[in-house]
Amino acid sequence: MAVSMASTKMVGLILAFLLVGGVIGYVGGMFVAPAATQTVLKTVTQIQTERQTVTLGPGQAVTETVLRTATVTERVTVTQGPPTPTKVVLSGDIIIDGSSTVYPITEAAAEAFMKLHPNVKISVGISGTGGGFKRFVVGETDINDASRPITKSEAEAAQKNNIEWIEVPIAIDGLVVVVNRQNDWVDCLTISELRLIWNPNSTVRRWSDIRSGWPSSPIVLYGPGPDSGTFDYFTERVVGKAKSSRTDYVASEDDNVLVAGVEAERFALGYFGYAYYPQAADRIRIVPIKDDKVAGAECVIPTDETVRTYKYPLARPLFIYVNKKAWLDKPALKEFVIFYVENGESFVKQVGYTSLPSQYYKVVAALLKAGIVDNLYTISISPSWRNAGPR
Amino acid sequence: MGHQVLSGARRSGLRFRKFVDKALPIILSVAVFIALATLAALLVTVVTWGGHRLSPIIILNYPSANPNEAGMRSAILGSIFTVGLAAVICIPLSIATAIYLVEYSRGGRFSSILSYNISNLAGVPSIIFGVVGLGFLAYWLGMGRTIITGAFTLAILILPLVTVTCVEALKTVPDDLRQGAYALGATTFQVVRHVSLPRALPMMLTGGILGISRALGEAAPILVVSGLLFIREDPTSLFSRFTVMPLQLYNWISRPQPAFIELSSAGIIVLLLILLSLNGAVIGLRQFLTRRLGQL
Repeated sequence: MAVSMASTKMVGLILAFLLVGGVIGYVGGMFVAPAATQTVLKTVTQIQTERQTVTLGPGQAVTETVLRTATVTERVTVTQGPPTPTKVVLSGDIIIDGSSTVYPITEAAAEAFMKLHPNVKISVGISGTGGGFKRFVVGETDINDASRPITKSEAEAAQKNNIEWIEVPIAIDGLVVVVNRQNDWVDCLTISELRLIWNPNSTVRRWSDIRSGWPSSPIVLYGPGPDSGTFDYFTERVVGKAKSSRTDYVASEDDNVLVAGVEAERFALGYFGYAYYPQAADRIRIVPIKDDKVAGAECVIPTDETVRTYKYPLARPLFIYVNKKAWLDKPALKEFVIFYVENGESFVKQVGYTSLPSQYYKVVAALLKAGIVDNLYTISISPSWRNAGPR
Repeated sequence: MGHQVLSGARRSGLRFRKFVDKALPIILSVAVFIALATLAALLVTVVTWGGHRLSPIIILNYPSANPNEAGMRSAILGSIFTVGLAAVICIPLSIATAIYLVEYSRGGRFSSILSYNISNLAGVPSIIFGVVGLGFLAYWLGMGRTIITGAFTLAILILPLVTVTCVEALKTVPDDLRQGAYALGATTFQVVRHVSLPRALPMMLTGGILGISRALGEAAPILVVSGLLFIREDPTSLFSRFTVMPLQLYNWISRPQPAFIELSSAGIIVLLLILLSLNGAVIGLRQFLTRRLGQL
């Protein structure tokens, strides 16, 4: 009998242990770090410091700082002064999902917004652009982060469910083509040469297959895996059909892995997101790109400037898609989107991405405030900023 | 002549066997060394990259775009909730399955089909479990993308692993003991309860550890089931939305800023510490049970 008692107790003990462990951890966490209740004034100062660090970039630092200080002072008076429309306590849930490329920008925006409006609960997912759109078109989410425009079939699905959306370009993502630092033969590549290398039936095995005169050593290719939006964009832009690529290359969803691969391999060629280039700049060599379909095009080195103005042929916009019904019904969401766009440039820079030209964010924020939400892309992006890529 | 050649061959064969006997421990220890060196290299890398980022911030703060303020509080709590609940669901189920397979239907055709399928299940890619969890639990059963859905998904994921260990545990109980109990007129239930289970329980716990460790490190199924990463609130119930540590770590490590890669290493240290303390606790429990067993 003693045995049975013991064994029953033991099973009970294990279960109790697991449950109690979870509860203790949770309760302990609450005690160690009680939920932060900060005064609005303090939050304002925090945001001010954040912005100042952000503006330490090259160029236009002076004007930017002045502008920002102005915004900050305005906010301080709002919080201290008599009730104004902005003082209305915003609350509610905002559900965001979508691209993991866009995620860091939205995270920065959501974090800053929740510091100003602690009662608004924002959650941001990383299901991927396509996975996010699946939820967006049935009305499950309020905002979808997208590293490419909505596709035809996604748009049709949305129409079927009576979901309308607002498309807001929020940043620029450039793709860089890189080679090893010891590679002294590549001076420039054209889009056609990239297509020659990367198309599914590619016969390029050696560097000399691209241009005669280049070494006849086997080329080693690195690129993102097929689940990434970067891959979708590159294949569509370069090969001409999304997701159509040769497969005999080293694929990684983690761009840091691609950097390390190209750094180590003399005959390597790879491509990945521009955001990963700056801190790897002394480890790999960047290849200027020429769009040979455009008459008189030149080889363009991706820099902040050439990427943000689309002079660089492999630049594309990143978007957020906002559910129009939620935009109209949820004051918190409306406020958040405007806040996101108004401060878009600093959020984008904060996470190491390339922002659109500063005036763009001002224009779009003004349009949104005025209630103009359709065709933002066409209205606000200057035609001279476009390249031949899929938009 | 022939005789001489033969004996020569025999002698050299003997020499070869002796050589093998001497060389084998060296070869085997090389294998051990490689395993340990890999582990050590991983630990050293993680600690040198992320050691200086290790601070209470990482445990107490919510995710943030500023690497100096970013923590994984919601992810840690989410992991503890989901994995804890998954263990609570999975371990009793596994023990029950194992008892059925070993004690009740031993050698039957049905049981061999069953155990064959369980082993197969162990080889299914984890993302499939995520898809099933999302389609069946979250949408069809309407449980939503909540902690309980995540817990059930993880529980099903680790079920085969834990069940197989539990079966092996029961098989190590000497049959003599069972037969003795049967000879005294015990029913199968009494045999299980008084003879097999108490003796197998410590080893079953090892299976539990394996399962919990695996569940704690899974990112793919949770990415499908929850998909969330940025939440600035603690889970309050089984129906809260959640995220888990591996998702946060993966996101940090794939960001462009080096600060986030360091943060990811620090996060890995936290994950390892949680895993170690969890394992330590279970090992303690196992020793306690074994000592109890000695007193039986």
